[in-house]
Amino acid sequence: MKPEDRPFIPIRPLPAGVDDPGRRRFLHLMAASLALAGAGCSGPPPEHILPYVKMPEGVLPGQPAFYATTLVRQGYGQGVLVESNLGRPTKVEGNPLHPASRGATDVFSQAALLQFWDPDRSQAPWQGGQLASWPEADATLLDWGAALARDGGAGLRILTGTMTSATWLDQWRSLGKRFPGARWHRYDPLHDDGALRAAELAFRRPVDMLLHLERARVVVSLDADFLGQGPAAVAHARDFAATRSDPARPTRLYALEVVPGLPGANADERLGLPPPRLEALVWRLAARLGVDGAESLAPDSGTAAWEEALAAALRAHRGESLLVAGPTLSPPTRALVHVLNQELGNLGRTVDLIAPVEFEPGSHGDSLAALCEDMREGRVDTLLILGGNPVYDAPGGLDFAAALAGVPRTVHAGLYRDETARRCAWHLPLAHDLERWGDARGFDGTVSLVQPLIRPLYGARSPREILAMLGAEERESDYDALRRVVGGRLPGRGENPEAAWQRCLQEGQVAGSASAPLRLPAAARPRPPDFGPRLLTAVFLPDAAVDDGAFANNAWLQELPRPLTKLTWDNAALLAPATARALGLENGDEVELSAAGHRVRAPVWVLPGQAEETVGIPLGYGRRDAGRVGNGVGFDGYRLRSGAGVTAPVGLKPTGGRHDFACTQAGDSMEGRPLARHATAAEAQAGKAGPHRKEPRDSLYPAYSYPDYAWAMAIDLNACIGCGACTIACQAENNIPVVGREEVMKGRQMHWIRVDRYRTEAGAVLFQPVPCMHCENAPCEAVCPVGATVHDSEGLNVQVYNRCIGTRYCSNNCPYKVRRFNFLQYADNDEESLKAGRNPEVTVRRRGVMEKCNYCLQRITRARLAAEKEGRSISDGEVVTACEAVCPTRAIVFGNLNDPASRVNRAKASPLDYALLEELNTRPRTTYRIRITNPDPALGGNGKGGGGGE
Amino acid sequence: MQVFSRRAVLIVKLGLIALPLLAATAIAVYRWRAALPNAPGAAVPQPIPFSHKHHVGDDGIDCRYCHTTVEKSRSAGLPSTEICLTCHSQLYNDAPLLAPLRESVASGRPIPWQRLHDLPDFVYFDHSIHVRKGVSCGECHGPVDQMPLTWRHASLEMQWCLACHRDPAEHLHPPGDVFSASQKSPLSGPARQALMASLHIQSTRRLTDCSTCHR
Repeated sequence: MKPEDRPFIPIRPLPAGVDDPGRRRFLHLMAASLALAGAGCSGPPPEHILPYVKMPEGVLPGQPAFYATTLVRQGYGQGVLVESNLGRPTKVEGNPLHPASRGATDVFSQAALLQFWDPDRSQAPWQGGQLASWPEADATLLDWGAALARDGGAGLRILTGTMTSATWLDQWRSLGKRFPGARWHRYDPLHDDGALRAAELAFRRPVDMLLHLERARVVVSLDADFLGQGPAAVAHARDFAATRSDPARPTRLYALEVVPGLPGANADERLGLPPPRLEALVWRLAARLGVDGAESLAPDSGTAAWEEALAAALRAHRGESLLVAGPTLSPPTRALVHVLNQELGNLGRTVDLIAPVEFEPGSHGDSLAALCEDMREGRVDTLLILGGNPVYDAPGGLDFAAALAGVPRTVHAGLYRDETARRCAWHLPLAHDLERWGDARGFDGTVSLVQPLIRPLYGARSPREILAMLGAEERESDYDALRRVVGGRLPGRGENPEAAWQRCLQEGQVAGSASAPLRLPAAARPRPPDFGPRLLTAVFLPDAAVDDGAFANNAWLQELPRPLTKLTWDNAALLAPATARALGLENGDEVELSAAGHRVRAPVWVLPGQAEETVGIPLGYGRRDAGRVGNGVGFDGYRLRSGAGVTAPVGLKPTGGRHDFACTQAGDSMEGRPLARHATAAEAQAGKAGPHRKEPRDSLYPAYSYPDYAWAMAIDLNACIGCGACTIACQAENNIPVVGREEVMKGRQMHWIRVDRYRTEAGAVLFQPVPCMHCENAPCEAVCPVGATVHDSEGLNVQVYNRCIGTRYCSNNCPYKVRRFNFLQYADNDEESLKAGRNPEVTVRRRGVMEKCNYCLQRITRARLAAEKEGRSISDGEVVTACEAVCPTRAIVFGNLNDPASRVNRAKASPLDYALLEELNTRPRTTYRIRITNPDPALGGNGKGGGGGE
Repeated sequence: MQVFSRRAVLIVKLGLIALPLLAATAIAVYRWRAALPNAPGAAVPQPIPFSHKHHVGDDGIDCRYCHTTVEKSRSAGLPSTEICLTCHSQLYNDAPLLAPLRESVASGRPIPWQRLHDLPDFVYFDHSIHVRKGVSCGECHGPVDQMPLTWRHASLEMQWCLACHRDPAEHLHPPGDVFSASQKSPLSGPARQALMASLHIQSTRRLTDCSTCHR
């Protein structure tokens, strides 16, 4: 063959064994399949309309109703308003009146909705691996109760988590009359036992601390994650952000951390230190501040500058400073922190001490150990586990499961048929907070009411109803008990008690029931502890997404990128870069951790800023019976605990294995571009931090006119703490599907608002929430061949799902990468309970369709219709997007640019306001306010804080 | 010289004629298959042969007596069994036709009415704003007062919606006429202009934005 005869594209013969379809046959098949495809289409199936038989009062089909209730996590309540659409709970919002919410929520309250609708929830009683029924369970427990009553319930033990419910206490006391021998044990795997012990040392009585961050100008966090963990995190975040918004009153947060958390990421100065050095620093700091008892410690050259700077800052801000110590510090050191706060005049100003909110406060570790001891000694014949999952989350050193096996009569009541349920004689489904009456107290003692929005989906019962099955008392309904116990003790205001009660129900709380601050004598000087040898130390911490493991089966949370690592669907053994280098490890290397007689294989993640010689171990993973989402995700850190302490010496040995992570943001560099901008307070005061906005350059495209509204958003990077609540709230509001681990690894996560995390060269962390920018010159609009992404008359770039054919041109042309494509059928259209939990105001997208943030168009529409019906315009603050509503720090502001007085216009008028990738002239409607840090000049003034533990 | 035989030319010509016919047939078949289950103008059997002609035309009952949420919500609302019983506990209470009603009361189960107006799930229609802005019931639902059995009056296709959204003037009625049983003819001239102004009808651009109905 001559070269010119050869075809341009070489034709290769088919490999042997493959049937050559032939051109004609190919055409035949194509034509037939085309015809079939057309014939397969059909219109919607006939539908029925089912009206009410008896229309309930106050229900308006098609309009959501909101009910105030309380979501209880680890015993403490967060007040929420839950949206109900025709009786189905569809969205959780914060309760503005509740001190633990103040209108915002954490990620867990948002995800509680998916937990409620989770098809893996326990749906029926089980007896020894067999399905059983409630009447059988009733009969069995009644028998047991009768048998127990004969010897006063000497063998009866009840295990719960932290309890703050007054109706529970009432029931427990009346139970005690029939079963005087019964014992109540409490165990939450991450209960802060050390805080109570420290209070005993300092004040000879247990106390809870109430932080008033808004009054503090110098805050020193001693490995205390007050922004990310605990029942007060949302309130703390709000107060903390408020202090940073006022440039005339500069504040400074010093964070000393072991494993990096949100305070360190948001600190003006941070330092990573292993626990022994951190504790020693506190004692030397105390000596510098004139607290006796700590002079004899040898100096630490690495932290001397910090001690001096801290001492100077604290001395200069007596009564306006605050020290907070976290659970990795030993009780004596935490007692010393009480002394320091008192010496500095902070007590009663920046921190209040209140009587513990938890009933019968005490060490949960000791309580569980005592229960295990009793079980082993055969002193327990009946054990009721109400909530909780001790077979999974008890310390590995206790071997709870083996002790449990020796108890003849065991009952587990829980939301899931989990590890503990499968090892108990009986498992009973426990009612979710959205389907029961009850009460709990907020972190400050506020009595909060749990109000059902729906009847139990699966006939589950509340803890109170389950305890009553022992037949110890008359069957009083949960509501009656609540009315009697809480409603009978309302603070008297001289009003009709029924009206007062109704108002409490409407508000979801008993107003004015917060605990009063205690007046305590001077704190006792603790003795210095033994700081311990410098060994490789494991630090056990709750996971930012699955908490202690209770949310392991929650797909929204599993897919939420963890704030600092941006890992999804996994936990990892977190190592400092220097430690990893010394051990020759890098991201994804597998190691074997050994402690408490157990060995666990775990992949390594190198976390900049972590203290050397420590291994951070997020708990809550490695579940075996969590459900189809949570089973087998990550490794189980509880095995490595010998007791309830949060630190323990640990052995580490590389295995040579590898693990692939599903990480949504691998790099943390901005590659020299000013994406998440930041400046120091000194620069801002000198006028060097702005203005950032430039006049938009000319554009070839004609300008749009917006006669009515022009929606826009402003995001304050100075307020954002990176918690990720916006991501989950958006997911709940907009029916955003989860994609799973494999798809995340391909970069196909669907979040409409992501939180980017960067690290500056100095090691400081910057968070940047990125929703759709709603550009005036939107690159996506120009390239859509079918007009599925269009500019509307109010400036939104709207995505029209019914037009989209999935070319993905728009996504390729979007410089912000905020468009998400349904590569597969991600939305689950089969699971009935998941369908019921969706927002009926938002289309559920199909495979092959592009989607993205639309500024909560459904909420704009709701406000527009309300305004149009009343013949007025939408006022400022009437449209609140889901991300804005949930944000604990109010970092997000949404509103109308055409209203000169709107909050969003005020935010954008600041010289610190800037547009992301402004040089592209896309003219985004979403803009940012730069982050202002206030580094300490005494520490070099660069926010680096002496090396960040590297 | 003839390249193709006469036969071949004939086949080609017939083929060319057949092509548009085939295409037309295919489109017709598709439209038939994809249409809403109940064609406009065709009455649909219901559990109770409810007559709007009798209730609205003869008795003069206001639309809102049964469709209670039409002014407040996106859904006009179908009457609960109890609403039917306000009259039918006394009138015709033992009529065989009303057996499903009595059954519903006894069992507490709703009456399963056949849906006539089924919009795609990506369309977010709201009754309350339409009636507030002067779109009378009859504009979309037709002469309900003359329907012994109810049928769908409009095609409910997007073209049909847009016809009004592009030029609403001739479909609007003064607030007093919105729920009127008999269809009133639209206003004309200056009265129409005054009505448009008093109702604060949004611009055509806004009314035809995708985001007005789709989200």
